Amino acid sequence: MADVTMTVNGKTVSKTVEDRTLLVQFLREGAGLTGTHVGCDTSQCGACVVHVDGKAVKSCTMLAAQAAGSEVTTIEGLASGGELHPVQAAFREHHGLQCGFCTPGMIMAAVDMINRLGGPLDEATIRAELEGNICRCTGYHNIVKAIAAASAEMAGVRTAAE
Amino acid sequence: MTSSAEGIGARVTRREDKRFVTGKGRYTDDMTVPGMAHAAFVRSPHAHAKVTSLDASAARAMPGVEAVLTSEELVADGVGNLICGWMIHSKDGSPMKMGAWRALEGDTVRHVGQAVAVVVADTPARARDAADAVVVEYEPLDAVVDALDALKPGAPQLHPEAEGNLIYDWEIGDQATTDAAFASAAHVTRMEIRNNRLVPNAMEPRAALASYDEAEEHYTLWTTSQNPHVARLVLSAFYNIAPEHKLRVIAPDVGGGFGSKIFIYPEEMVCLWASKRTGLPVKWAADRTEAFLTDAHGRDHHSEAELALDADNRITGFRVKTVANLGAYMSLFSSSVPTYLYATLLSGQYAIPAIHANVKAVYTNTTPVDAYRGAGRPEATYLVERVMETAAREVGMDPAEFRRKNFVRSFPHQTPVIMCYDAGDYDASLDAALKAIDYAGFAARKAEAASRGKLRGIGFSCYIEACGIAPSQAVGSLGAGVGLWESAEVRVNPVGTIEVLTGSHSHGQGHETTFAQLVSDRFGVGLDTVSIVHGDTDKVQFGMGTYGSRSGAVGMSAIVKALDKVEAKAKKLAAHLMEAAEGDITLEGGTFKVAGTDKELPFFQVALAAYTAHNMPEGMEPGLKEGAFYDPTNFTFPAGTYICEVEVDPDTGKTEIVDFVAADDFGTIINPMIVEGQVHGGLTQGIGQALLENAAYDEDGQLLSGSYMDYCMPRADDVPSYRLMTTMTACPGNPLGMKGCGEAGAIGSPPAVINAITDAIGSNDLVMPATPAAVWQAIRQGRTAEAAE
Repeated sequence: MADVTMTVNGKTVSKTVEDRTLLVQFLREGAGLTGTHVGCDTSQCGACVVHVDGKAVKSCTMLAAQAAGSEVTTIEGLASGGELHPVQAAFREHHGLQCGFCTPGMIMAAVDMINRLGGPLDEATIRAELEGNICRCTGYHNIVKAIAAASAEMAGVRTAAE
Repeated sequence: MTSSAEGIGARVTRREDKRFVTGKGRYTDDMTVPGMAHAAFVRSPHAHAKVTSLDASAARAMPGVEAVLTSEELVADGVGNLICGWMIHSKDGSPMKMGAWRALEGDTVRHVGQAVAVVVADTPARARDAADAVVVEYEPLDAVVDALDALKPGAPQLHPEAEGNLIYDWEIGDQATTDAAFASAAHVTRMEIRNNRLVPNAMEPRAALASYDEAEEHYTLWTTSQNPHVARLVLSAFYNIAPEHKLRVIAPDVGGGFGSKIFIYPEEMVCLWASKRTGLPVKWAADRTEAFLTDAHGRDHHSEAELALDADNRITGFRVKTVANLGAYMSLFSSSVPTYLYATLLSGQYAIPAIHANVKAVYTNTTPVDAYRGAGRPEATYLVERVMETAAREVGMDPAEFRRKNFVRSFPHQTPVIMCYDAGDYDASLDAALKAIDYAGFAARKAEAASRGKLRGIGFSCYIEACGIAPSQAVGSLGAGVGLWESAEVRVNPVGTIEVLTGSHSHGQGHETTFAQLVSDRFGVGLDTVSIVHGDTDKVQFGMGTYGSRSGAVGMSAIVKALDKVEAKAKKLAAHLMEAAEGDITLEGGTFKVAGTDKELPFFQVALAAYTAHNMPEGMEPGLKEGAFYDPTNFTFPAGTYICEVEVDPDTGKTEIVDFVAADDFGTIINPMIVEGQVHGGLTQGIGQALLENAAYDEDGQLLSGSYMDYCMPRADDVPSYRLMTTMTACPGNPLGMKGCGEAGAIGSPPAVINAITDAIGSNDLVMPATPAAVWQAIRQGRTAEAAE
C-alpha cells in the first residue's frame, strides 16, 4: 500500500492505495471524480486524458503514485466559477459530442493542444493531433469544428490581452 | 399546431451537453452502492473445447473473495438459457435450430472469451486476481470460424441441435419468375461479395451493477442498455431472474450503443443472480478486451449476387445467395438481421420485377453476431450498390444514369420482397449529390490528380433502408417475439411545466433536446419548462427502446398521441374556464385563446386549474396527464445518394477520401444539427468498414484484432469533413412525417467508397477493408490481368 497525496482541481487529496492503483482509479474511486473515463486497456482511446502539471496525460497509463505531489486537473476542474471553458463551450455550440463518453478526454486533449500550439489551429493540425483520442459517435467532423473555433477564440483573447 | 423558435426544424444546441462537457454525466460504472462487490469473469482461451475440470479452491481462499460461481450453481438455481427472440423458419417449414446458451458454461465452450465462472470480490483488482487463479482444464476441439467452412461436410460441429451447423435455410421472393428473368436476360452481372465482420465499439464498455433487496425480494439493475424495458421483460420472462414487478432496470447515461447494447448478455444476468447469491451488490464493467470478445459483432456475410438486364439495360431480375455467420450462439435478435432486415431491402431504389434470395445462417466458433448500426441494411446496400456499379461498367453506361434509368418513381411501390415503399424522390437526391460533387468536372480532377501521380476515382451509392421498426402485427407474422410499438406519457405539472416519459432511450441521439422541441413546437412553451424522462422501468410505463432509427418515427409518434390527448383535455377545460365553445379554443405561443375575442388563458393557468379542480366541466377528472401507445403502420424508408471521391497512391495503395457528398431524404427533421451529427457518425463507421475495420480470426478461432492496437478504429485523420444536404419527401405513415436518420450513413457509405476505389484503380476485385496492402495488391493484379490480355 502507498500513501498518495496530490492536488486535484485545486484541492489536496490524500489516499492510501494499493501500489498498482492507476491514476484514473485514484481519481474515479478515490477522489470520486467520475468524469474521467476508461474506454480501453491499451492506452489508445484517450477517454481518460487529464492534465498532470499542465500536460495532457492518459491517466490509465500512469500509476497514482507517479502523480504524487502533482497538480492534476480533470474535466470537473476545467470550468471556472460556473462558466464553461471556451473548449467546453465550443463542443456544446458545435455539437462536438453525442453520447458524451469520449468527451472529457477529447476536451482535455483539445485544451492541451491549444495550449501547446496556440491558435487558430487548422483542420489538418487538429486531425493529426487527435491521434490519441477515439470517438465512435461524431465522426470527428464537429469535434474538429469545435476545436478550431475554440482555438480561434482563445487566440483572439490572447491577442487582445497582449 | 403552433410553432416556436425552439420547435421543429430549429437548430437548438443540446440541453444534455452541460453535464457531459463538465464531467457530470452518470454512466453505469460511475454508480456506487454501499457494500458493493466486484465481479470478474473466468473466460475460455479456446474457441472450441470441452471443459474437463474447474478448480476454484485457490481462488476462494484469496483475500477479499466472496464467491466463485460456476454453471453448476447457475443451473441449480434455475437461471434460464439465453435465447433468440425472433423465430425464423427454413424454406422447408422447419423452425430455426437454436443451440443451448448458458450464461456460464460448464460443458463445452464455443468461442474465445465465453464465460465459465465468475468471481465476486471486494475490489475489481482482487476479483481479477482470483479469476486468474481459477484453474480450468480444457480438452481442445477442432474449431471452425468461417461460415462457408462451417457448412462443409466434416466441419467441426458446434451444437447437437443444428446438424451441419445450419441454423436455417431461408428464402424470400419468387424463384421461378426470377430464374425466368435470367433465362431471357440480355446481360447478366455476377459477383461474389464479402461483407466483413465488425466490432461495434461503443466507447463506453458494457457494465452492470445489480443490487438485491432480500426483505423486498427485489432487484435493481443499472446497466448499459438501449432498451431497459426489453431487458426487464427478457430477464423476467425467459431467464427466471425475477418477476417484472420485482426487477427495476435503469439505463442511465449510456455511452453509445450502435446495436450492441440492445441484447441481454450473460454478464448482466450473472450479476443479478450473483447479487442474490452473495447478498452483496455486484458490479461488473467490461474492459475493452472483454468488449471485443463478447459484445455482439456485426455483418459477416458471404454472398453471390446476379443481376439480369434486358437489352435496354433495365433490370429484370436479381438473384442472391447469402451465407451469414451468426457466431457461436444465437444472440437476441440475430436471426432477423440477415433475413427480414436484409433481404427485404434487396430491391434498393430500383424497380425490379423479380427477386429471389436464399440465406443460410450458420454457427461458427466466433463471438455471436447480431444487429450493428444498420443491421442487415448495410449488407443489402453494399450488395445492391456494388452490383449496380459493376453492371453499369460492364454495359458501358454512366453509373449515375444506369441507376436513374432503373429508379422507382411511383409510390406506393410494392417490391417483390415484402417492403412497400411509401414515398421518395430518388432523382432529387441523386441530382443534389451530382450537383454538389460537380460531376461534370470529375474528368478534369482525375487528369489533374494523374499529373501528381495519383489515381482519382468516383463512386456512387443510392441507398434505401427501412426504419421505424415496426408494425407489431406484421413483425409478429414474420416471427418477432415482441410487438414493436412505443409508449409515452405526458405529465403536465400544476405549475405548467411538462415531463415527457418515453420508452425510447437516448445514448447519444439527443432526445432530451429533440423530444422537448416537439413539445415546445406543439404548445408554444419554452424548452426550459420541459424535461424528458427515460431509461428507468420504475418511472416509464413501458418501452421498446432505441434501435433501428425508430425513436423519431415511432417514439415521437407516441409522444404526439399523448400530446393530442393532453391538448384535447386542456382545450376542453380552457373552454369551460373562459365560458367559450370548445371548438373556438386555439393554443398559440403557450396561451389558450378564444377565436374572435380577446379572451385568453396562459398554459400554466389551465394546468393549475386542472389540479386545483375547483372549477371543472361536468364529469372531467382532475389532473392533466395522458399516456399513449403508438404502433407504426409501416416501416419508413429513408433514402439518398452518397458520392465519394478518392485518390489512391499507386505506389503504396493508400486511399485518401478527398470529397464525400451525402444527400439524404429523412422526411421531417426536428433538429438539423443533431441529424447532421448522426450522419457524420454513420458515414465514419461506414468508411471504417470500407477502409479500416475488420474482426479477423485465425483458423483456431483466436480474435487477431482484439484491441485498439489491432482493430483499426477510424481516427480523426482517417476521415474527411463531409458535405451534407437533404431533400424532403414526408413519410405518410406517421404524424410528423419522419423517416429516421441514425443508420443511413453507415448503410450508404461503404459501397460509395469501394466503388470509388475500384473506379480509381481500374480493378473490381477488392474486398473490405480496402487497406493499403489490399488496394496495392488489387492494382498489381489488375495490371497482370491487363498484360495477359
